[in-house]
Amino acid sequence: MKYLMLKHYRGGPTPAVPFAPMDQWTPEEIDAHITYMNDFAKRLQETGEFVDSQALKPEGTFVRSDGQGRPPVTDGPFAETKDLIAGWMIIDVESWDRAVELAGELSAAPGPRGEPLHEWLEVRPFLTAHSKFTE
Amino acid sequence: MNESLLRELIPAVIGVLVWRGADFASAEDAVQDALVRALDTWPEDPPRDPKGWLVTVAWRKFLDQARGETSRRGREVAVAVEPPAGPVPDTDDTLALYFLCAHPTLSASSAVALTLRVVGGLTTRQIATAYLVPEATMAQRISRAKRSVNGVPLDRPGDLGTVLRVLYLVFNEGYSGDVDLAAEAIRLTRQLLSMADEPEVAGLLSLMLLHHARRASRTRTDGQLVPLAEQDRSRWDSTLIAEGVTILQGALARDRLGEYQAQAAIAALHADARAADETDWVQIVEWYDELLRLTDSPVVRLNRAVAVGEADGPQAGLAELASVDPTVPRQRAAAAYLHERAGDLDLSAQLYAEAARAATSLPERDHLTRQAARVRELLRS
Repeated sequence: MKYLMLKHYRGGPTPAVPFAPMDQWTPEEIDAHITYMNDFAKRLQETGEFVDSQALKPEGTFVRSDGQGRPPVTDGPFAETKDLIAGWMIIDVESWDRAVELAGELSAAPGPRGEPLHEWLEVRPFLTAHSKFTE
Repeated sequence: MNESLLRELIPAVIGVLVWRGADFASAEDAVQDALVRALDTWPEDPPRDPKGWLVTVAWRKFLDQARGETSRRGREVAVAVEPPAGPVPDTDDTLALYFLCAHPTLSASSAVALTLRVVGGLTTRQIATAYLVPEATMAQRISRAKRSVNGVPLDRPGDLGTVLRVLYLVFNEGYSGDVDLAAEAIRLTRQLLSMADEPEVAGLLSLMLLHHARRASRTRTDGQLVPLAEQDRSRWDSTLIAEGVTILQGALARDRLGEYQAQAAIAALHADARAADETDWVQIVEWYDELLRLTDSPVVRLNRAVAVGEADGPQAGLAELASVDPTVPRQRAAAAYLHERAGDLDLSAQLYAEAARAATSLPERDHLTRQAARVRELLRS
């Protein structure tokens, strides 16, 4: 079963431990955080559970069609949207419980002073491409 | 020689290497290397003796590997360079490999991957593509699974039940990537039946054939699901149905009923009806009673409630459904269907919409969303 672990810059429940944005951390704190994330992904590769991991730039633009023969309309970027997605990791695991367990581990990545961030991650199941037999 | 014939040789070749003294994990690695090379070179330069070619190339790989390891440890080469004298044994370890790959200590996804590679002779890349994960991840999954069963002796019978579950999981995955997993599961179950002639193995093969016979009619070309009642029955594969029914009859005659035989019996009754309204729902309910006795699973209760709804009317079905846990997948879809038939369109539309939100697959979600829309349209007119 595949799950998306979604990391938000903003949005989601109130942070358990408020922390400063990463650019205000010390270089060592940033290194420790990135090493933890890389090690986590590497470990999931070794357990055969890793599918994909991607990070997004924070600035984005909204785009929509404006009718045939006309160029698309763009709006933004907006400095203050309510919800902002930072990136994600996709895992392929045996159960929902395993997905929650892994999200818990990822959420404990170190932040300022090396303390675990306890940041909220959103876990979403994928819809599968096939339907099992219903008859 | 086509690819599926090549794949059939793989378990036997692994067996030869194990017989010559290789451990299972190393033998399997070496054979996988030989398989990848065969896929690469055989189209241009086919060998006269395919199995002999695979054994020779795999054995050489194994020796290279073993030598590399021993020299790294600074020890003597432990493995004889020459294979043991005498002919290759006629005994076939394929059945033992089925048991090993479905070993109860393995997770379902590991057992599936290992079975496809070792018994099915698929490459890691093909398995990774079929399950939509990176090849490196699939390679790790397989190598961990192999490590965890490497010490299991091959000369003792294993648990046939877990083997059947793994094969049914593969079958249910359908068609993905360049490998038809449903067809592959049928091939592997057929081969298993030739080595382990048990009624439940026959039951599973029959069930797969009966489902497979309806595959072309189950989805429209655009991927939309077609419910059983609306399927074009002229597109059902009558040869597969006949074979499935014959195999099932042989199994049932041995009077050792199991869940796969009971499920196949239900599938056979559907296949037997020339039109949806000729379906023998009373007999289907009886088979669900048997199935409940054998498994008592909430999914079976749910399906039984739907069958009761067809046999005795929607109210009777809803009464049965009331005892099914609402968190069971498709509970709301079944309730929506029965409420529509009972004439409560408002509730039906609402339940279809809820069922769509709870669906676990994309085709099913889209199908249920369309059902909700259809019932809402009925309400407006």
